[in-house]
Amino acid sequence: MTLNTKTAHELHARLQSGEIKATELVNSVFQTIDQKDNDIKAYLSLRREKAIAEAEAIDLNIQKGEKLSPLEGIPIAVKDNICIQGEVTTCASKFLENFKSSYNATVIDRLRKAGMIIIGKTNMDEFAMGSSTENSAYQVTRNPRDTATVPGGSSGGSAAAVAADEAIVALGSDTGGSIRQPASFCGVVGMKPTYGRVSRYGLVAFASSLDQIGPLTKDVRDTAELLNVICGKDKMDSTSVDLPIPDFTKALNQDIQGLKIGVPKELIGEGVDEEVKNSVLSALDQLKQQGAEWAEISLPSFDKALSTYYIIAPAEASANLARYDGVKYGYRSKQAPTLRDMYFNTRSEGFGMEVKRRILIGTYVLSAGYYDAYYLKAQKARTLILNDFQKAFESYDVIISPTAPTTAFKVGEKTSDPLQMYMSDFATIPVNMAGLPAISIPCNISRGLPVGLQIIGKPFDEETVLKVAYSYEQGTK
Amino acid sequence: MVISKTDVEHIARLANLAVSEEEKELLTKQLDDIFEYASELNKLDTEGIEPTAHAIPQKTPFREDVVDPFPNRQQLINNAPDEENGFFAVPKM
Repeated sequence: MTLNTKTAHELHARLQSGEIKATELVNSVFQTIDQKDNDIKAYLSLRREKAIAEAEAIDLNIQKGEKLSPLEGIPIAVKDNICIQGEVTTCASKFLENFKSSYNATVIDRLRKAGMIIIGKTNMDEFAMGSSTENSAYQVTRNPRDTATVPGGSSGGSAAAVAADEAIVALGSDTGGSIRQPASFCGVVGMKPTYGRVSRYGLVAFASSLDQIGPLTKDVRDTAELLNVICGKDKMDSTSVDLPIPDFTKALNQDIQGLKIGVPKELIGEGVDEEVKNSVLSALDQLKQQGAEWAEISLPSFDKALSTYYIIAPAEASANLARYDGVKYGYRSKQAPTLRDMYFNTRSEGFGMEVKRRILIGTYVLSAGYYDAYYLKAQKARTLILNDFQKAFESYDVIISPTAPTTAFKVGEKTSDPLQMYMSDFATIPVNMAGLPAISIPCNISRGLPVGLQIIGKPFDEETVLKVAYSYEQGTK
Repeated sequence: MVISKTDVEHIARLANLAVSEEEKELLTKQLDDIFEYASELNKLDTEGIEPTAHAIPQKTPFREDVVDPFPNRQQLINNAPDEENGFFAVPKM
C-alpha cells in the first residue's frame, strides 16, 4: 500500500471518485509510521483513534456524494508547538510534558474546517530553539535520507515525517529558518509566508516579531493548497494582516520570461559548501533557460544578520518564556519551599541548556547598561537589513540563495559549539528580520544529501515565489 | 573577555534561573564566544538609522469593549499544578 507516497493533489481526485477511501489513506500512513518511526522518531504523539474516526466520517460524506475541498481527507502532521484543545502540546520540553491546551490554535480550526486529518504532533527543538532537532527534551529525530544525519531544525520532525511519507503534508513554524532549513536538509518543500499571513494564535511564542507558521510538503502545488487553508486575518492575532488571500494555486505556472533574480554575494560566498554553491548556480542556469535573468548583488548588512538575530530573537524569547514559572500550568519543581525557590528551580529543572542559553542572552541584552549597546543597536541593524532588501526589490522580482550553507550534518557534530550551530541559519535569518515570504525547494543531491534552494519574495508576494519555485520544479522533473 | 562568571550569575538571577557551578563554567565560555562574535555590530554604521521593532508595519488593534468570556475555564483549572477553589496556589514568599 503506497498511498502515503503520493502528494495531496494526486490523492484528492482519487478520494473524490471513491477509488480510494480516506480510511485506507490514513491506515497507509500509520502503517508506515509503525514501520519507520522507531528509527526516524519524527513523532512525539499520535492521534490514531481520532484520525481514523475523522477519516470514517469523511468516507461517509463521500458516499453521500458530497464534494470534497482540495485537502479534505489528507493526513497532516503538526509541529508540537501548535495547540490542539484538550490534547498535549509539549514544545519538546519537559516543562510542558503533560500540558493540555484549553483552546485550538486558529490554524488547527482552519485545518479542521478544510477536512484535514491530523495524524500527530511532531518533534522539534525545545521551544523552537535550534537548527537540528537535537535540542528536544525527548528524542532526536533522524533525517530519512541518511539516518546518521540530522533532519535540521527546529521543525525537524515535520520535515522528516513528510520526507519519510509518515504524513502527506505537515505544518511547522519558522523564526530564523526553522521550516526552510529542515526542508532543505530533508529534501522537501518548506515555506515561510510573509509575517502576518498566518495567525500565531495558538502557536507557542518564541520571538513574536519573527515567528510564522508554514507548510512542509512534497511539492510546490501542495504548499500552495496548504497556504490557501492556513492564511487569513484573525481577530485573535493582532499582528495578522487584513489582506485578501488569493488562490495561491493560480500562481502555479511557468511564465517566468523576463523575471529578474538577484543573488546576494554575501549568501553564496565564504562559509558555503562548494557543492551547495554549484547546485545553486546550476539551478540559476535552469531558470535562465526558462527565461529568467539573474545577477549577483550585494546586500552588505547581511554580514551582520546573524549577530542581529542572535540578539533580537533571544531578547524576545526571554520575554515570551518568562511565563513559564510553575504557577498556572506546566512543570513545578518539588524543591519549592518559597515562591522564589519555586520560580528558580522550576525554570532550571524544566528548561534544557539551549533554552537557558537563549534566555540568558536575551536577558543580558535587555538589561540596564547593555540595552543600547546590544538590543537597540541590533534593532538599527534590522532596519539596515530591511533597507537592503527594499532596495534590491526595486530592481529584482525575487532573491535567490542556498537555503543552508551545507547539507545535513551528522548527529552530534555541532552540539558542543552553539555558535557553529547558529551559522546554519545565516541565509534564512535575514528573511525573518524583514518579514518576507520565502520557500526552500530541493535542487540537487550532494554526496547523497539534499540541497535546498531558497527563493525570497517581496512582502505579500507569495505568488511570485510560488511561480518561480513551480517553474523550477516542473522544469527539472 | 566580554562576559564573566559574575555576569552570568547576575543575568541568571534576573532571569529567575538557577545555574549549577558546572553550567556556570560552560555558559560563561559559550556566552563569551557568542557576545564576542556579536560585538561585530559595533563596527556597523547606524548613524541616523531608526530602530525597527516590526518589519511589517503594525497599528493598535481597536475593538468594541464587549466581554467575550473564555469558554474553557475548566481546562485552565485542570492545568494548575496546585489549585484551591479556583485559585492558583503557590508557596509563601
